[in-house]
Amino acid sequence: MSQRYEIRFSGAGGQGLILAGVIMAEAASIYDGKQAVQSQSYGPEARGGASKSEVIVSDATIDYPKATVVDALLALTQEACDKYSHDLKEGGVLLIDSDLVKNLPKGNFKTVAFPIINTAKNEVGREIVANIVALGAIVALTGVVTKESAEKAVLSRVPEAFLELNKKAFNMGYEKAIAAKA
Amino acid sequence: MAKKVAFLQGNEAAAQGALYAGCTFFGGYPITPSTEVAEVLSNELPKIGGKFIQMEDEIGAMASVIGASLTGAKVLTATSGPGLSLKQELIGYACIAETPCVIVNVMRGGPSTGMPTGPSQSDVMSAKWGTHGDHPAICLVPASVQELFEETVRAFNLAEKYRTPVMVMPDEIVAHMRERIVFPEPGELEVINRTAPSVPPEQYKPYDTSFGDVPPLAAFGTNYRFHVTGLNKGQDGFPTTKAAWVQAEEERQVRKVEANVDDIVQFEEYLLDDAEVAIVAFGSTSRSARFAVNEARKEGIKAGLFRIKTFWPFPEKQINALAGKVKAIITPEMNLGMCTGVVKGCIDGKAPVHGIFRVDGEPINPGQILEKIKEVK
Repeated sequence: MSQRYEIRFSGAGGQGLILAGVIMAEAASIYDGKQAVQSQSYGPEARGGASKSEVIVSDATIDYPKATVVDALLALTQEACDKYSHDLKEGGVLLIDSDLVKNLPKGNFKTVAFPIINTAKNEVGREIVANIVALGAIVALTGVVTKESAEKAVLSRVPEAFLELNKKAFNMGYEKAIAAKA
Repeated sequence: MAKKVAFLQGNEAAAQGALYAGCTFFGGYPITPSTEVAEVLSNELPKIGGKFIQMEDEIGAMASVIGASLTGAKVLTATSGPGLSLKQELIGYACIAETPCVIVNVMRGGPSTGMPTGPSQSDVMSAKWGTHGDHPAICLVPASVQELFEETVRAFNLAEKYRTPVMVMPDEIVAHMRERIVFPEPGELEVINRTAPSVPPEQYKPYDTSFGDVPPLAAFGTNYRFHVTGLNKGQDGFPTTKAAWVQAEEERQVRKVEANVDDIVQFEEYLLDDAEVAIVAFGSTSRSARFAVNEARKEGIKAGLFRIKTFWPFPEKQINALAGKVKAIITPEMNLGMCTGVVKGCIDGKAPVHGIFRVDGEPINPGQILEKIKEVK
């Protein structure tokens, strides 16, 4: 993969999307030995408002650190989906929370939908790990980083007491995405 | 042994660079998007016996670093636009009192509170003219996380070498993005320390120009006693209005930088040998420009990039020479033409200069630059 692969994690401020992006980029950069840049954009509010975190992965040097043509987009809210789907490329991956995103953007995308936040809340047990569920799903759908690297990166970023919770969230997201894609 | 690598944010790299350079004091007042510099140093400085102080405001923060510097410490403060405005009075004080200090200013939208989380490059003129009066100005504008580390080290070196404030000004994108960084080993990067006085305390004068344009600076608390003021001062540090001396001193202070431009100015040239269109850019915008240059080359257009690493002193000589070789210059920047004006001012009309300006909180993307290249080629 010598070309850029661009991933955008979007949703509302406070959902942990920046962290999801950081972990994805860390998996690529530190554990998979690729080039990666993570950047973000958010409003002045601490919670709410549309928020995005972008990750560029490449085998070559990454000049422009922001997205140009998005290969994979995660949208956890309708607002984020409306605001950040305009530059998703034809044939790109669109991962949405099926409870929260009802109006899909027009275009030919590989859309994968499952209740991401609800999965975190009711199946993993804590809504706070919705970002890690989403990350597991993105890892499964994009194949840009290996599952092993992503899992290592997740575990290196979370406090000791929450290792199992996050591991469960990551794997649940990974499995659900594969099931939803099929 | 394998080198230590990490996936780090720009601001975190600036803080680590400061520690590498030997910084032992940080006085600040947190402000988005520079807060992580303070955050990291509030954790790290106490571990090495250094001091972290959150002051009552940015003015106090700047005063604290000047005071700490006079005790011999390497000092840092970090801020962003509105905080930089507040610090300006004391930045002038540091210039005239010739007190080494480093200011990391992360550029966000302005003026005033502006756009706290949006990127900008609109403080570059403030770096030179924000404080009143003639004074030396050094301002570094890194474009990557690795470079933010290295340029922070260099900022400390220049501050100590020339006894003057030095600014490091990443835009919000460079400060907030994360990239892989390879930490230099101790000793791998040059670290310059302040020249101590060679005379005993009773003979010491803090501005004794017989030692050259940069007189040695003693540390308070080491038996050396001297006076520090914001007024024009004599060799002993006490106020003076002696006309010839004041004139000579003002000139010397500015000369510390102007006579050493070649030591201070750094830049990077990319595909400029045969270029017909040159882009002059800095910070994150230079990364968009490099992307655009590569795209243009794929289409057979001879484009190249002159990347400014040191904004002040400005690489006037190099850009003047460049203007004589190309058909057009493009200056993309996240402000309404600050760098463009400086470029025009140093090229004697040798080439047309086309600006691309954005102040809407969005980066200048490679597509915009590529379009302009095609328009002016």
